[in-house]
Amino acid sequence: MDSNRYKQMEHVVIRFSGDSGDGMQLTGTLFSNISAVLGNEISTFPDFPAEIRAPQGTLSGVSGFQVHLGSERINTPGDEADVLIAMNPAALKVNAKGVKRDGVIIFDTDSFEKSDLEKALFKTTDPFEELGIPQSVQLIPIALSKLTKDSLEGFGLDNKSVLRSKNMFALGVICWLFNKPVDWALHFLENKFKKKESLLHANAKVLTDGYNYGHNLHLAVSTYRVEHSDNLPAGTYTSINGNKATAWGLIAAAEKAGLELFLGSYPITPASDIMHELALRKDVGVKVMQAEDEIAGISTAIGASFAGALAATSTSGPGLALKAEAIGLAVMAELPLVIVDVMRGGPSTGLPTKTEQTDLNQALYGRNGESPLVVMAADTPASCFHYAFMAAKIALEHMTPVILLTDSFIGNGTSLWKLPKIKDLPEIKPHYAGSELKGAYHVMKRNEETKIRYWSIPGNEGFEHRNGGLEKDYNSGAISTDPTNHGKMVETRRQKVENIADSLPLLEVEGNPDADVLLVGWGSVYGHLIDAAARANKKGFKVALLHFNYIQPLPCNTQQILETYKAKKIVVCELNNGQFAAYLKSKTRGIDFMQYNKVEGQPFTVSEIVDYIEKIS
Amino acid sequence: MEELSTAYSAKDFKSDQYVRWCPGCGDHSIVNALQKAMAEIAIPPHRVAVISGIGCSSRLPYYMKSYGFHTIHGRGAAIATGVKVAKPELCVWQITGDGDCLAIGGNHFIHSVRRNIDINVLLFNNRIYGLTKGQYSPTTQQGAITKSSPFGTIERPFRPAELAFGARGSFFARALDVDMKSAQAVMTAAARHKGTSVVEMLVNCVIFNNGTHNWISEKEFRSERSILLEDGKPMIFGKDRDRGLVLDGLKLRAVRLGEGGVSEKDLLVHDARCEDSTLHRMLAMMEGPDLPIAFGVIRSVETESYDEALVKQIAEVQSRTSIRNFDALVDSCEHWEL
Repeated sequence: MDSNRYKQMEHVVIRFSGDSGDGMQLTGTLFSNISAVLGNEISTFPDFPAEIRAPQGTLSGVSGFQVHLGSERINTPGDEADVLIAMNPAALKVNAKGVKRDGVIIFDTDSFEKSDLEKALFKTTDPFEELGIPQSVQLIPIALSKLTKDSLEGFGLDNKSVLRSKNMFALGVICWLFNKPVDWALHFLENKFKKKESLLHANAKVLTDGYNYGHNLHLAVSTYRVEHSDNLPAGTYTSINGNKATAWGLIAAAEKAGLELFLGSYPITPASDIMHELALRKDVGVKVMQAEDEIAGISTAIGASFAGALAATSTSGPGLALKAEAIGLAVMAELPLVIVDVMRGGPSTGLPTKTEQTDLNQALYGRNGESPLVVMAADTPASCFHYAFMAAKIALEHMTPVILLTDSFIGNGTSLWKLPKIKDLPEIKPHYAGSELKGAYHVMKRNEETKIRYWSIPGNEGFEHRNGGLEKDYNSGAISTDPTNHGKMVETRRQKVENIADSLPLLEVEGNPDADVLLVGWGSVYGHLIDAAARANKKGFKVALLHFNYIQPLPCNTQQILETYKAKKIVVCELNNGQFAAYLKSKTRGIDFMQYNKVEGQPFTVSEIVDYIEKIS
Repeated sequence: MEELSTAYSAKDFKSDQYVRWCPGCGDHSIVNALQKAMAEIAIPPHRVAVISGIGCSSRLPYYMKSYGFHTIHGRGAAIATGVKVAKPELCVWQITGDGDCLAIGGNHFIHSVRRNIDINVLLFNNRIYGLTKGQYSPTTQQGAITKSSPFGTIERPFRPAELAFGARGSFFARALDVDMKSAQAVMTAAARHKGTSVVEMLVNCVIFNNGTHNWISEKEFRSERSILLEDGKPMIFGKDRDRGLVLDGLKLRAVRLGEGGVSEKDLLVHDARCEDSTLHRMLAMMEGPDLPIAFGVIRSVETESYDEALVKQIAEVQSRTSIRNFDALVDSCEHWEL
């Protein structure tokens, strides 16, 4: 191949888009895994319709999968695409605006017939002209359906199965376009179709033919080369999505704590995959109950916690609302419990498959009474493992419910994850009542310094007790309505949660320490903010990022760091109308905060944040 | 429940807490019967967990010297489910009332029965909301005048048995607060049954619904107006044990022995272990004045409980995999060296 025709790229964004039945999620996943195996950093984001099977070829049925790969640190799935694969006119229409001016669009000419154009509500026969796609975008028409049929001639497959393989032809072309040998793709296919040999052979044939087809095209098109990354520490890696990472974090925590893991949950988009993964994990002894509703999901978990398990429940915004009263019970009974909220667009049913950070207020304040608990947030798909593990550790060691906020963006998105070993993870020591308390134990017996209640588990003789949602006497654990005692218990529960700050990592500012603009973020906006800071610094602005994963309590040096930037512009950037900004205002003194907010069901783009930085500088 | 050799007395299950139910409330005798039943089963107090929701009855855990959890309104069934599934070796009781169990907690009730979780449900049915001071409940008789139905309720009441059978319940029993001996007997049977055991306790509320069960609780009429069903025995009742039940077409009918040539061999024989719940349902639904109210264990069918099935499934999966811990799990996923 002519080496002059390589475009050397530090990072590149590819968007696979087609009908929800076109296999775009699989194609995208395979391609990102191949890239990862070959040493690229990756970040992916699936964008699927709310409908399971929308009418074929229509705009509402478009399913997308974006991959960002690079030789440098990759923090987001990328803004605009360098390459768009459009399997039909609807996919083109939905994604046209998201293609770079010098980008490439590969499309299936066999799916661009007049009737296909009509299904996607095009008025003319030239969709590119109609969408105003600039001339600078290079179009690569490929007769995917016909070529796939040719490729599979003599395989004896029915027409439907043949056409279902055309995504593999596209993958072959993409592998060629990005100079990725197909060997790994074939390896992944072997694992996927272990039990269906005929399908394996067919898919492998189409994939290889797609690659060779690209090769024969090469005079007309330049290919991309993205070198492998040197930033990654050596080790064993996989690519993982946030929901699976969350599930595995809980599994690791249970093993580390020497406890059984129990999940009580109810199906809800986009959190169900946590339940699916844990339901699979009977091999490591996980007990999963699909409850009759959200309330029973958390209630069974609270029962399991009372009985001595590491208990968790997983949900999304509407489910968290239903669980509110039960969370209050866990606060009052001072039981360890992990509540995972994979946030989506709200209020009400809202945008079930889209992403937002709008549940923060609900997590912090959505209960009756003075009801403090721990709120924390993961920031990348892979970090969901760490924060789920830490949520369990904090819950078990501090005897408190913990709400872990992730969202649709990182829950479904993937990033590279260096596989940990159980021995390298931090110890977890549940706050058990020791044998020295036998006979002297009562349900509210606590460590006087840390205020952490001692956990005694049914089955232990001499530790029988009655817990519950009624206020209890500080000294005896018996139910009490004494006014002074209630005040003391309210303060004790608050202090217990506040004390957790002492064990949290201190905040560190990333980026330019002499910044004029300090971006402040929490949770999944991390990738976009760190990239925006870097890009703005390259442009000559002085920008830094202060990012939060622990929200309640805040890390101990929060006030101190923010004070350092008091005279500068401090901008809280979040995918809601300013919930974290308001919270920070209530928790700090003498700091002015600016806000950058977006509530559109989509993540930030790096470029919009950079534009904003330019505007305010 | 596994029976242990150590001897216990009811005292071993009594906590030091002052019992705060109204004087004359039927709940007093139920907690006493439960303590006696636990002593009879001879399970150590630390292996008993008593879970309740909200309402007068739900205070019961405070009076038991065992593990107890007084939770939130209506959720006792779900919380008890979590306790049992997480720790199957515990003997788990759910204490609930007609409001807690059948109104706010109705969904959890039918689903715990459907799953056949091995918990014992004591449903205190006084046909009224007591703790909130006298509103009608899902079992209040139609037309009853209460604080929230000043002109009489226009709602049709639930029959707990019908719900339990509708949810494919494997155990249903009924007892009366003033008959401690048979209350203790059905509680013992409930504890021994594997699966959800629903025990409907007919309880009097002296303050807000006094005399609601008088038709049968008045001692002079009780034996005439009720029947204690015993597995394998003919259905006989009456002060002089001269009345019985027969099946007349698709209906139950009370007969007098000796009248019209009816003898004991014509009477129905109670089969609590019959899979088909049709007759159990008919017996549980009997009411006066023509038919006696049924007490005792009406249905007790052995079928695998959820908690047993889950443990079994986990063991089965584990028997055909080498993945048994986190390191092995991580190792099993698609991964590569960089």
